[in-house]
Amino acid sequence: MFFGSGVLRGLMVTFKNFIASYFRPANQGGLFTVEYPEKRLPEKENFRNFPFLVYDGTPENLRCVACDICAKECPPKCIYIVREFDKEGRPLKRPATFDIDLTVCMNCGICEEACPFDAIYMDHEFEVANANRQEKLLYHRDDLLKSNEYFHKIRPTDAEAIDQRRREAEEKKKAAAQAAASKAAKPPEPPKPGNATPPPSPPKPDQPEQK
Amino acid sequence: MATALQQKTFQARDAASTIDTQTLEVNIGPQHPSTHGVFRMNVVLDGEAIVSLKPVMGYLHRNHEQIAENMSYLGSMPYTDRLDYFNSMSNNFGYALAVEKLAAIEVPEKAQYIRVIMAELTRLVNHVSVIGFLLNDLGAFFTPVLYAFREREKILDIFEGVAGSRMMCNYFRFGGVKRDLSPAFIDQIKGIVREFPKFLDEFETLLTKNEILCMRCQNVGVLPPELAINASITGPMLRASGVNYDIRKTDKYSVYDRFDFRIPLGKKGDVYDRYYVRILEMRESLKILEQALKQMPASGELVSKKMVPFLKSPRNFKPPVGEAYGRVEAPKGELGFYLVSDGSPQPWRYHVRAPSLINLTILEDLCIGHKVADAIIILGSVDIVLGEVDH
Repeated sequence: MFFGSGVLRGLMVTFKNFIASYFRPANQGGLFTVEYPEKRLPEKENFRNFPFLVYDGTPENLRCVACDICAKECPPKCIYIVREFDKEGRPLKRPATFDIDLTVCMNCGICEEACPFDAIYMDHEFEVANANRQEKLLYHRDDLLKSNEYFHKIRPTDAEAIDQRRREAEEKKKAAAQAAASKAAKPPEPPKPGNATPPPSPPKPDQPEQK
Repeated sequence: MATALQQKTFQARDAASTIDTQTLEVNIGPQHPSTHGVFRMNVVLDGEAIVSLKPVMGYLHRNHEQIAENMSYLGSMPYTDRLDYFNSMSNNFGYALAVEKLAAIEVPEKAQYIRVIMAELTRLVNHVSVIGFLLNDLGAFFTPVLYAFREREKILDIFEGVAGSRMMCNYFRFGGVKRDLSPAFIDQIKGIVREFPKFLDEFETLLTKNEILCMRCQNVGVLPPELAINASITGPMLRASGVNYDIRKTDKYSVYDRFDFRIPLGKKGDVYDRYYVRILEMRESLKILEQALKQMPASGELVSKKMVPFLKSPRNFKPPVGEAYGRVEAPKGELGFYLVSDGSPQPWRYHVRAPSLINLTILEDLCIGHKVADAIIILGSVDIVLGEVDH
């Protein structure tokens, strides 16, 4: 091989690529750039970006119970939660403040893994750029709230599995409550034969702390 | 290109010259694109030849180790992604191995294979882009990089689909992985195993025998094997100097003992060898991928039973008192995580052995006597990522 043949063969490669980019399909060496704002790549279901809070039906009915677990587990500590109290000062199972600082959040997805109430999930929203990062990138509770339907839209498989699990848990709870109710209803019957001391009320079945 | 004889005459003429000359100190970086990040080289020049070179680092220091010591064990997993942001999967792998050693966790079979597949895909991503950037440093402006990035993008698509993010994967969990590989992704990986060799052939036609590349790279930045061993250089740099040391073979962590692959070695240890060793390593990685896809069980646990309760509450995971060092053959070299546990949910000591940082210590020895332009390609061939250097 003469001196310079390597360069020439290299040039052939670039030339072939240049010509082929006009005629081949995108996945075989053709032009594959997607002109972003006008056209978009299909979203990947498992893609994760900033978190959002899920509500069922109406925004008042949000799943978050302000347990503070996600705020504790969050590696960069970007979640800030304050529990809501009613007029008599009793704690309610909902957050008064739920702030996520998007400038601090690193999209790791640990909050969604740690949440025991299926309340916080990672969103597909990524176009959050704006000119005021101090105010507009600090998301408050109402900015974060999104419906379960939206969750179904962006991540159908995960949402379906979670809904299934929640339904089962609900049914189990209902069944347990019914069983408890029927058990609680039964004990008064035995005393009829004449025994004065009623049996001690049955211990309540172990119920998880969930509402 | 001056011949050796010409150079000798130049040197003789310079030595005989009575003109008073002095050396010149130049800072290359920290905002120079060829330093691959915020890195400064404090260079003393005699004419255009380098007399001394002092690497200045720390511009990207983020207190990684201290942050990890104030956090649950899982909490620093996403931070390891940000060490070497080109290969987050292998960083995850090293950290997961260290914690698994510390807490004596067995990893299920299927998860082991997924881990190996991800680590090898990462190696492809890293090597293909580092070669592209090396060519960028050589002056082949952006054509090879874009060819490399075209292929890299296909792999990153898989990462995005499986782990959720292109580069910050956060995919490994202690005792397994986060999500299953669905059949669609397995098909995609099979497609890459099928198509990638064609791309490599094309890439090699473009580069390997290219006279310009050969002249610029051969006999530049020669790293003798003794020096490489004494400076504890690892990874493709060490192997380009002809030292047969690969942690996948010597340590046989995970399931690497089940695959048939070879360790490519260089002869001279110059920039060209470092380039070619990486090409050959990619071919070996493809072999591993092919075998792993064949051997991978169709179903199985993703996370070991011992660790399932801690998935929901990482803060309750308390490894027993002790210490562990987990290491992997990351694309850049030996990536090790040293952990000391005092039985609390946070590591008492967390240390990263970053291959980029240690491989960079040798830079002055490689550059002395060469021209400034050669220093740039030597730095390119060392393959550093400043996120890892300045952890």
